[in-house]
Amino acid sequence: MPKWIGQPIKRAEDPRLLTGQGTYVDDLRPLPVLYHAAILRSPHAHARIRSVNIERALAVPGVVGILTPQDVLEMSDPFPVGVETPVRYYATATDKVRFVGEPVCVVVAKDRYIAEDARELIEVDYEPLPAVVDPERAMAPDAPVLHEDIGHNIACHRSLRYGDPDAAFAEADVVVSQRQVFPKYSSTPMECYAVIAQFNPINGEYTIWSNFQGPFSLHPVTARALRTPENKLRFIVPPDIGGGFGIKSSMFPYIALIALAARKTGVPVKWVEDRLEHLAASSSNTDRVAYMEVALKRDGTILGMRQKLIDNVGAYIRAPDPGCLFRPLGNQVGPYRFQHLAVEAYAVHTNKSLTGPNRGYGCQHLYFNIERLLDKAADTLGLDPAELRRRNLIPGSAMPYTTPTGGIYDAGDYPATFEKLLELANYARLREEQARARAAGRLYGIGIALAVDPSVSNMGYVTIAFDRKLRQRPGYQAKSGAAETGTVMVDARGNVTCTINTCPEGQGHETTVAQLVAEEFGIPIENVRVVADFDSNSRAWSIATGTYSSRFAAAGASATLLAARRVKEKMRAIAAHLLEAAPDDVVLEDGVFFVKGQPDRNVTFRRVAGVAHWNPNALPPGIEPGLQNTSVWNFEHAVAPDDQDRVNSSQLYGFVGEIVAVEIDPETGEIQLQHYYSMHDAGRILNPLLVEGQIWGAVLHGMAGAMYEEMVYDENGAFLAGTFMDYLCPTAMEAPPLTIGHVEYPTPASLTGAKGVGESSSETAPAAIANAVADALKPLGIEITSLPITPSKVWALLREARARQATGGQP
Amino acid sequence: MKPAAFDYYAPDTLDEALAVLAERGDAAKILAGGQSLVPLLNMRLAKPEALVDINRLRELDYIREENGWLAIGAITRQRTLERYPLVRQHLPLVADALHALGHAQIRNRGTIGGNLAHADPASELPAVLVALGGELVAASVAGQRPLAPEEFYLTYLTTTLDPTELLVEARFRLPTGRHGGAFLELSRRHGDYAMVGVGVQLELAPDGTVARAGIGLCGAGPVPIKATEAEALLVGERPGEELFAEAGVRAAAQAEPESDIHASADYRRDMVRVLTRRALRLALQRAAAADTQ
Repeated sequence: MPKWIGQPIKRAEDPRLLTGQGTYVDDLRPLPVLYHAAILRSPHAHARIRSVNIERALAVPGVVGILTPQDVLEMSDPFPVGVETPVRYYATATDKVRFVGEPVCVVVAKDRYIAEDARELIEVDYEPLPAVVDPERAMAPDAPVLHEDIGHNIACHRSLRYGDPDAAFAEADVVVSQRQVFPKYSSTPMECYAVIAQFNPINGEYTIWSNFQGPFSLHPVTARALRTPENKLRFIVPPDIGGGFGIKSSMFPYIALIALAARKTGVPVKWVEDRLEHLAASSSNTDRVAYMEVALKRDGTILGMRQKLIDNVGAYIRAPDPGCLFRPLGNQVGPYRFQHLAVEAYAVHTNKSLTGPNRGYGCQHLYFNIERLLDKAADTLGLDPAELRRRNLIPGSAMPYTTPTGGIYDAGDYPATFEKLLELANYARLREEQARARAAGRLYGIGIALAVDPSVSNMGYVTIAFDRKLRQRPGYQAKSGAAETGTVMVDARGNVTCTINTCPEGQGHETTVAQLVAEEFGIPIENVRVVADFDSNSRAWSIATGTYSSRFAAAGASATLLAARRVKEKMRAIAAHLLEAAPDDVVLEDGVFFVKGQPDRNVTFRRVAGVAHWNPNALPPGIEPGLQNTSVWNFEHAVAPDDQDRVNSSQLYGFVGEIVAVEIDPETGEIQLQHYYSMHDAGRILNPLLVEGQIWGAVLHGMAGAMYEEMVYDENGAFLAGTFMDYLCPTAMEAPPLTIGHVEYPTPASLTGAKGVGESSSETAPAAIANAVADALKPLGIEITSLPITPSKVWALLREARARQATGGQP
Repeated sequence: MKPAAFDYYAPDTLDEALAVLAERGDAAKILAGGQSLVPLLNMRLAKPEALVDINRLRELDYIREENGWLAIGAITRQRTLERYPLVRQHLPLVADALHALGHAQIRNRGTIGGNLAHADPASELPAVLVALGGELVAASVAGQRPLAPEEFYLTYLTTTLDPTELLVEARFRLPTGRHGGAFLELSRRHGDYAMVGVGVQLELAPDGTVARAGIGLCGAGPVPIKATEAEALLVGERPGEELFAEAGVRAAAQAEPESDIHASADYRRDMVRVLTRRALRLALQRAAAADTQ
């Protein structure tokens, strides 16, 4: 019976975080004097920069220097991009500005006040150009072109085919199609971006303190832009980051920008992004227009699907996009067993802000696309939406299951878990409630959404963006992997220090690692200290290092657990030597090594540790002094895409099923979430408190996209959601009544048995809520095909529907 | 998000404050609870040369019941009024509206005078004052003058207050007889500015007809709107669903809402209709439940 693993241990991080004693970038004082940056940003969606005059700004007392577009051109290169299109994306605008909020200059001054005063005195002469914000419009031949040297706005286009979709559609009894629009939204972490940069002209080394969350594959991207070898770009991350959710993966352009400002001015520079900057120009998910088609037999069997996905990546595509399109590729069929799929994938440039990972990274789009379509299909066939799904789920006996797109679903039983969800929600009774409500003229709807929830992304998926012929060329360097590192050290008194390199953003990594290691060593959890800051100069790390794609509980935790096991093996060998027994006969329980069956022949964990450090000559032959190990955990199925564009894009696949019941006020259009049921398979649960917190957050994030948050632009590219009065994050007041259920199908792919859970409901909530609202409005003939759904929009739909009814169905 | 430099005054008395305003006039902004002004300063949407911080003017921190009126000093925190027993027990219109005004943390700092003088037409309190037929008192070195809300509010964020004047008090006649009030609003989230809000106050005559009716709208135009057509319809009539529905239609006809990213103008106008009817219904229920005074 585990003592620590699986227990609702309170977070070790909480005392410091809840009392305001955390150490964030803004708390760091790494150098005696820091100068402060203010970034001048574009007020235009699209304009040519005719000239930049910094004279008056430079004359302000306290200003040290100003980084201009000309400096950026001279001192840096474009960031490498993950597509074949040669996009020239620099840390600032150079020839043109291409979205509102794009950096143009950086003022460095003694304090931020002076920097902002001086910023107002920079004179930029802009020649405004026509803008385009809609991705379909941007694909039109007559659309304004953002990058003239490319000549069009398509950053990436791939046609992917799996099985024989044309035959599947030819064979279908019914084809159901839908055009859908998914909104651009973010995660707005409490702590915005923060960077301190120093350049050492003697050795050419940049030192960067930032709240970067990884993946560290973006470290070489930054190094390339700065024209520096990787080992002269030092990244330091403090132990605390105030939320990331993927958004802080995309801060590398600002790391480069502040590094350049430090180099130009010759002083260390600190920049703390404010909320206006964050909303206008940090990162978000793409908005997507999708044309979805499903081929079905009359009995509801899905034969195949066609997905045309048009993702709006804003003004410059940047790594890891077009991951928005391809990160979910291995699970592109969701939990369903159909074999024939065509994906027409576009990433398109427009005059909107830039995009990147945002909790769910592509899955919130994908499952909105699939699950919304399936509800329409169920309606067309006269089937209950639950029944349609039931008829198409991959059976539990098929696990591990290889999807047509190359995903390897490692463990789970989707039909059994789905039935548990229906029980949890008491689905039959919900439908009865709905029937009563409808009979009384009320608008009551039930929505279902199911998702295979991918975690631990495989670096290889990004190369799906390249034509497969390119990937087959001689000399092509393939990409793959999902490795993570961890270090365990046992000191001379048997206390343990673990260093992790996951750059946690508040998830409780320190707590979880302490649980795993205390369990492994059989020692009190208080004896395990976990160090969660990061320094690329001294830590073992690799390209995949960091926290993203819900990878910690499987990747970082497994690496650290592996290191603990290796230290334990060494300690067992030492204990066996001291006890004059064979290592295989020695076991460790509750902090004591003893000979199997002879508990009196024992030596304590602490004593073994003491010997390893204080008396190395007493160690058995071949055993080195000291007790530390750094291990790497990789995943055997994290391989590069094959020549059929198949890729196991993630290493573990959980399952989420949700049922939402809503009631809509027929006069005001207000949507009340009456019930929210959420069933999860996240593999082995390491700490149920942390899992519950993640699910609550994920539900609210998904609900945000469904009902509240949108980065709204007008047709000329003006940004209309620039403050928290317009960009509305749901708060505790808006939280739905949530009922969570769990099943545990531990994964064989990680050492911990855990799968990811951090994204989970953020992938299903938009679809589940949309389906519930659509179900409520179905009696009026209303179809929901875009998000967010607001009271004003529902009211407009109701008004149109009533007008239709009044005129006998004529528009 | 750092403000531009400004001169800072923190007078201890009203006279001192008015003297500073007389001197600096247009160049000065008054800092009360800071819940709207400080973000504007930080975003540099406002760059006043001088700030006059009136938080030390204890003489403007009061709630007084006098001659059948309730008078509230300008620096009174919104939370103080919200917790004032008379408001909690007998003035649900005011209590409901304050509950909808931001969050408790905001109301702990935000002042009655600051909110009213900021003149955001989407804010709740100006509509409440309109519904109650209240008035405002402005002071300058030349003396004091009362102002009806209809004279006070010009357009978005703009009042007839002279730059040398300070809003010192808001007051309204306490309702008499059987009365009930209600404030209903639609906002995207709890605590947001209203997409639309409606405050109503009903006083019933002994025969059960409407003796007085006050209806104020927020989020329905460039200023808080007094729904005079609906008020006139109600007075002298026996309250009921049909009457309330017609009052909603008339209130909506007086609204001049605009569209933004949260709601269309058409939606807002129709919600004035719906909320007016619902608020009247609730006010009537409360009047019926209240003891005759």
